[in-house]
Amino acid sequence: MSAAPKSDPGRAAREKLGGFARVLRQNGFAIGLGETRDGLKILAGPCGERRASLRPALRALFCGRQSDWRKFDEIFDAYWSGRGMKKAVVASGAGRPAGSRPRGGRSGAPQGAAGQAEAAEGEAAAPGRGERRGATSRETLAQQDFRHLTEPDQLAAAHALAAQLARSMRARLTRRMRARRAGPKLDLRRTIHKSIAHGGAPIELVFRKRRDKPPRLVVLLDVSGSMNLYAALFLRFIHGVLTHFREADGYVFHTRLVPVSDVLRERDPRRAVERLTLISAGVGGGTRIGASLADFNRWHARRVIHARTCVMIVSDGYDTGAPELLAAEMASLRRRCRRIAWLNPMIGWRDYAPEAAGMRAALPYVDLFAPAHNLASLEALEPYLARI
Amino acid sequence: MPIPFETIAAQLAGVGYIPDRGLAAAVWLMQTLSRPLLLEGEAGVGKTEVGRALARTRDAKLIRLQCYEGLDQSAALYEWNYQRQLLAIKAREGADAQAVEEHVFSEKYLLERPLLAAIRQERPPVLLIDEIDRADEEFEAFLLELLADFQVTIPELGTIVATTIPLVVLTSNGTRELSDALRRRCLYHYVDFPDIDREARIILSHLPRIDVALATQIAQMVGLLRKEDLRKKPGVAETLDWAATLAGLDLRHLRDEPELVHETLACVIKTAEDRSRLTREVSSRLLGMVA
Repeated sequence: MSAAPKSDPGRAAREKLGGFARVLRQNGFAIGLGETRDGLKILAGPCGERRASLRPALRALFCGRQSDWRKFDEIFDAYWSGRGMKKAVVASGAGRPAGSRPRGGRSGAPQGAAGQAEAAEGEAAAPGRGERRGATSRETLAQQDFRHLTEPDQLAAAHALAAQLARSMRARLTRRMRARRAGPKLDLRRTIHKSIAHGGAPIELVFRKRRDKPPRLVVLLDVSGSMNLYAALFLRFIHGVLTHFREADGYVFHTRLVPVSDVLRERDPRRAVERLTLISAGVGGGTRIGASLADFNRWHARRVIHARTCVMIVSDGYDTGAPELLAAEMASLRRRCRRIAWLNPMIGWRDYAPEAAGMRAALPYVDLFAPAHNLASLEALEPYLARI
Repeated sequence: MPIPFETIAAQLAGVGYIPDRGLAAAVWLMQTLSRPLLLEGEAGVGKTEVGRALARTRDAKLIRLQCYEGLDQSAALYEWNYQRQLLAIKAREGADAQAVEEHVFSEKYLLERPLLAAIRQERPPVLLIDEIDRADEEFEAFLLELLADFQVTIPELGTIVATTIPLVVLTSNGTRELSDALRRRCLYHYVDFPDIDREARIILSHLPRIDVALATQIAQMVGLLRKEDLRKKPGVAETLDWAATLAGLDLRHLRDEPELVHETLACVIKTAEDRSRLTREVSSRLLGMVA
């Protein structure tokens, strides 16, 4: 600050504030030009004189959500204290798609695969026809257990299939929603308006249609060590679900629960996976399904779950926690949502019986217990999900 | 020059709301920058109360819109008075249809709802839009438009431009993620549970006759309760209920009557699950930590 030329203090302040806004953007704050302009007003006003009064003012202006609110002080201190002003200040755990895209260099290599996946998506986007074509034409692939998929192009194809499946599920669901739109409520405003032409007699009645909430799909994916072989593919599936459902949410859990919706909403699957590796420390370790569910019920369920929500848990049910906890949390989850579907890749194995203590504790609360070891088994879920 | 939001804080305290520094700054900013203020925080931290207190400090009218699922324009903005319209049409039967229509869709038959009322006041009111997260996304988008230009178009009547710009306070409980556009448009304040000192002052401002030491003890006790693993953390309103109960019992120190404290915890603990978790042992352990 001391280096600012005395002749034009306004300009120095502008630059300083602009830099601050930039740093905040890098930390995932949504700040537009209007906010920066108002920030200048604050800086020029009586608040700008002391840092103690500048901080709460800028915080109210620049924050938009609770997570911003928590990060703000740290960033503010780092920036305005002058130390490390030049280099980008990035608070821990930060990073949203808009600001940070430092890993551009790597995107060159797998371009071909990306193009292919996009083409497949474009093809399936045509409404009404061929929604399942991709799945049937790749029958052999669909039947193959995910464990045996190792070739990269096979994997890419499987990913495209998963995305397409999510899309076709959505198509069903939305179609159903439209068919249900009919309600007996009279729209008085429009009815009266029409009645004027008939001298005030309401001959033409106008009805109001009830709007249903679109069904919502919440996927909880077990990414612990025992699920290693399946986790990557289901992540891709969640990604497909998130991109193509109107309302969906995704979480992964191992020993704790991590919301992944924000990360996976990234349009480019590869970048999403890259960002995911940053937050998935601990993947491949033990599992605590009960504790993770408790986390979900406590912190996320209120926001995420409504009466037309289907919760889909993808896990093999090997829980290192107490089965009692798992049962209690399943019961509480069951009360909140419409359906719980538990997808267990192990069902596809020969001679499998749900022997794991955790799995047995959870089973009474599960509406649908289904295999999920290959794409065909996922596809078989479609009619079930359409009935939610 | 005095820092402007210290005056605001004093004004709010004058009407019984004890704000923290950040909130005072946000309230000051919403007046200087004329942006709406979005308040988030857990249930019971006193978000709605901010709007009420703000209206009282400015001696302004408080117009409140409680949001709910399915809230639409006819409940939030305006509606025509159909019964009277029908009567008027019947009474003028045979008259020129054009004239009847013009008459029936005049100001006289318009029912103001909160949003329209808020922009047609003589003096700027405080518009409190409560629990915006309960309303649908469509309504949120519509609200955003209204907050941007403060004008309303009624097809039959024309455009109504705001005579005064209201001070807008929105509250949200986080049952639904709000849109980025709305968040950007608003100033933001996350309302936390008050710290012990502030909560004691809140108790004192509402119950001026309570013992100062007792008020502090109650604030400490509630602060400790909030740290416990409870499903529903006690809000400020619960603290006040409890303080009122204890004040009425003429108590000197909380520790003198552990039994009474445990019995009256029902004011603060509202679910059976939490109640069963707060055993006598727990409540006496917490009491032991109260200075």
